[in-house]
Amino acid sequence: MARVVVDVMLKPEILDPQGQAVQRALPRLGFAGIADVRQGKRFELELEGPVDDAALARIREAAETFLANTVIEDFTVRVEGEEGK
Amino acid sequence: MTTRVGVVTFPGSLDDRDAQRAVRLAGAEPVALWHRDKDLHQVDAVVLPGGFSYGDYLRCGAISRFSPVMDTVIEQAKLGMPVLGICNGFQVLCESHLLPGALTRNDSLHFICRDQKLRIENASTAWTRDYSAGQEIVVPLKNGEGRFVADGRVLDELEAEGRVVARYLDLNPNGSYRDIAGITNAAGNVVGLMPHPEHAVEPLTGPTTEGLGFFTSVLKQLVNA
Repeated sequence: MARVVVDVMLKPEILDPQGQAVQRALPRLGFAGIADVRQGKRFELELEGPVDDAALARIREAAETFLANTVIEDFTVRVEGEEGK
Repeated sequence: MTTRVGVVTFPGSLDDRDAQRAVRLAGAEPVALWHRDKDLHQVDAVVLPGGFSYGDYLRCGAISRFSPVMDTVIEQAKLGMPVLGICNGFQVLCESHLLPGALTRNDSLHFICRDQKLRIENASTAWTRDYSAGQEIVVPLKNGEGRFVADGRVLDELEAEGRVVARYLDLNPNGSYRDIAGITNAAGNVVGLMPHPEHAVEPLTGPTTEGLGFFTSVLKQLVNA
């Protein structure tokens, strides 16, 4: 079954207090050298049919209207290839 | 004829009963609306209440925005029906694009619950005409994701057109841009507000009764219409 991954991230200009909290925690736990952390969401969509242009167009539409709020978030869509072969 | 004000219940709504009570105390008839029912049952105005509709899954208000009742609310709001979104309801209005901007996690990362002082900036919307511009009120505020954000152009537009309805005073509880607590659409019939006027309508339970004005305002608006 084909998998399409949609990654959703807050736009760079939007403050990400969760990412900042993670970043502040890292040195306390001994993980040094990390300059910045941004936290986002990853959606894994398993398609019933083939990943063709039409299917990808529909997924982009879903990402644009539903999975991401494009007022504050950017998204990327990518095909992950066939799993389990 | 009694004015009918609908209050939508989504799965996870919390403040629908308080909103109904506020509507009743203001002198209107509250009508319970259900998220799966497209029919607004001849109401004259709609309140989208606070809470955690659909568990705030995906983003606050993102799933409610696509519920059947919202199709009709969005359609009627565009035709001029008064709609007030409180807290989660404000989030639903932004997700519906009836209002610009978005509400994101508080800059402190803490859930905030306090009695909050506000200044009513625009007293000419369907929901604020019983206040005077510049009036200060105290109502409860309780949110985890109440930080209003929008790009600079949208913020300038809101300010220039007088569409900031209420601003936080003394303390900005959640990091909202320009201390914005509530905004309206260009027509003034759709208002989104992060604090909770419906919890400040009776001396027994509220810090003040200064929230009642939102509900009496819409009544006056509809009677005069």
